Amino acid sequence: MSMQTDKRDFDTRTADGIGDAFMRGAVGSAQDSLKTRRLTAATSLGDWERWRELGQQIRQHTLENLDYYLEQMADNVERRGGHVYFARTKEEASGYIRDVVQSKQATKVVKSKSMVTEEIEMNQVLMKAGCEVIESDLGEYILQEDDWDPPSHIVAPALHKNREQIRDVFASKLSYKGDETPEHLAGFARKVLREKFLEAEIGITGCNFAVANMGAINLVTNEGNGDLTAALPKTHIAVMGMERIVPTLEEMEVLDNLLCRSAVGQKLTSYITVMGPREEGESDGPEEFHLVIVDNGRSEILAGEFWEALQCIRCGACLNVCPVYRHIGGHAYGSIYPGPIGAVITPLLGGYDEYKELPYASSLCGACTDVCPVKIPLHEQLILHRQNIVSQGRTGAIDRAQMKAAGKLLSSPRMFRSTLRLANPMTKFMSKHGRVVRGPAPLSGWIGVRDMPQPVKERDGFRTWYENRTKKEGGRLP
Amino acid sequence: MKVSIFSTCLVDLMFPDVGKAMVEVLERLGCETDFPASQVCCGQPTYNSGYLEESKQAMINMMRAFEHSDYVVGPSGSCIAMFHEYPHIFKGDPQWEMKAIALKEKSYEFTQFIVRVLGVSDVGARLEGSATYHRSCHMSRLLGETETPFLLLENVDGLQLEPLKNSDNCCGFGGTFSVKMPEISEQMVDEKSACIAETGAEYLISADMGCLMNIGGRMSRTGKPIKIMHIAEVLNHASPANIRPSAAKGGAFL
Repeated sequence: MSMQTDKRDFDTRTADGIGDAFMRGAVGSAQDSLKTRRLTAATSLGDWERWRELGQQIRQHTLENLDYYLEQMADNVERRGGHVYFARTKEEASGYIRDVVQSKQATKVVKSKSMVTEEIEMNQVLMKAGCEVIESDLGEYILQEDDWDPPSHIVAPALHKNREQIRDVFASKLSYKGDETPEHLAGFARKVLREKFLEAEIGITGCNFAVANMGAINLVTNEGNGDLTAALPKTHIAVMGMERIVPTLEEMEVLDNLLCRSAVGQKLTSYITVMGPREEGESDGPEEFHLVIVDNGRSEILAGEFWEALQCIRCGACLNVCPVYRHIGGHAYGSIYPGPIGAVITPLLGGYDEYKELPYASSLCGACTDVCPVKIPLHEQLILHRQNIVSQGRTGAIDRAQMKAAGKLLSSPRMFRSTLRLANPMTKFMSKHGRVVRGPAPLSGWIGVRDMPQPVKERDGFRTWYENRTKKEGGRLP
Repeated sequence: MKVSIFSTCLVDLMFPDVGKAMVEVLERLGCETDFPASQVCCGQPTYNSGYLEESKQAMINMMRAFEHSDYVVGPSGSCIAMFHEYPHIFKGDPQWEMKAIALKEKSYEFTQFIVRVLGVSDVGARLEGSATYHRSCHMSRLLGETETPFLLLENVDGLQLEPLKNSDNCCGFGGTFSVKMPEISEQMVDEKSACIAETGAEYLISADMGCLMNIGGRMSRTGKPIKIMHIAEVLNHASPANIRPSAAKGGAFL
């Protein structure tokens, strides 16, 4: 999987999403049930707003001192006998991982869920090098078995699939004979995966947070697959986005609280582990530990106007409240990062050439900004993207002309007054029974599906009424 | 108290009764009103589309228009929320930043002004029937006002308020969003309409004409009868003779 999950254009992808009734049902009910669970988990912590502020402060502090904490992290990992690799690009990152795997002459890799490994196209690189790569997160495993169907959510990757579809995937690919009961499906997958864990020579995990002063990584999962991936194989490679770091366990505790509650409405997930290189005297854990720290465009984001997007802790809460995501689903975004945060970071990582529609896939309702546990101003960043797209001349000529005209009209009292005078007569030929029934784009998009009242005659307008009564009554009431 | 009326473009173009109702309620509550005639639009349509420079001209026009006002009151949480963004937009601008802050500090959405400035929560209105209220995203999230419409509606004699499922989900308007991404917007307004229809209410009330035009326009097109009222019209409503003819006719939208 690369970051781009679908090369078709945005409108085609969106139409697909809107047409997928099952997916929309699944996303809708997931959003509705998560809303209550998240709220309960959040409010049980006390003053959630203050927790969010604390989360924001921690993230901003670490971003402002990222060089310091990354160096501290690297020193501590190496001191504990681990290896650290800074990858500037996705090619460097996946190339390093391939080299480690090949140096062990390994062919069996098991991995846990990690968005950054998708971003650096690690699976393709390893498979091309002749490895078997097994996704051990249940959702990711289902997608892998379904010929690498792309994830549609950053926390619940197979959210778009129902149990019948999952049964069919298992039946056709793995000769599963059981029914579609979730327990049966999960039990079956667990059995297959247990074998894979035991066989694997290399375990690859992501990293929810690196703990700088310990040289350790923190994994937050519900299935325990992350821990098995890290602990069973002889070599553990952890891959982290450069920004996913905290100074100490104390800050980790705050962010894990925000993460679990925001992501799945749990106070804590089933497994929250802090691990790193195996140290002298420890009875288990991998013999070799590699930490791959991925830049892949993050330094540039950090230096620019979108730096707050790097505060993201990948909880997916903004997807879970987004009314646009609700109706088009994750695949419509065409990126492994969908939803509001995806619409912000995908164009930053992948460029406007491929992704310039994403910042417009929002009604700017602000639900994302409101729910974000680390207070990223998401809808403001979407507007910022739109400003860049405009200033780079990437909007169409018609849009530009219309908006420039609108800008003139909306700043000129004289022109606006003429418009109020002319609006009714000029829409006469477009209207029937007081409703506008036809018109040019972009108006046509509106009246295609909605009624719109015809503008009133100037003599019936509010301004005329106000002026007349002021004259009549000799001005204001006492 | 002196109040400058900010009519908003939608009221100017299509919904004069909303502006009239607002003025009448405010004056009944003892306010002295004026209407600075050089006002046009808060600049949101172009701003949300990413056309910053074009928008700034509209915003500067508004700062000038209301420069001498004590209070600015408008019948839209969304437009007032846009005013509240001005200081952020003009941050560091030596000529306009202070004026942007000044406008923000004296601007109130209509219900907010009645409750928070005038200290009134019962305006003595009466409207017989059942209603549901649509909270606009910009009013509740960007302006941060979630209480005042409900406080005022609770005190409208004869009015029964029905709770609305998923009331915090956007109706799909989003200004230019509804024309730039009409297919997605349509799905959103359809779900909103279904939730509204489910309440069985006779009236749909809101404090934003953008949302009401969107939801009402869709419900009218799809043949779901509901009477649309801006909250100013509700609060100005004392006797059946006063009701906006369109609403009285039950013409759904127009």
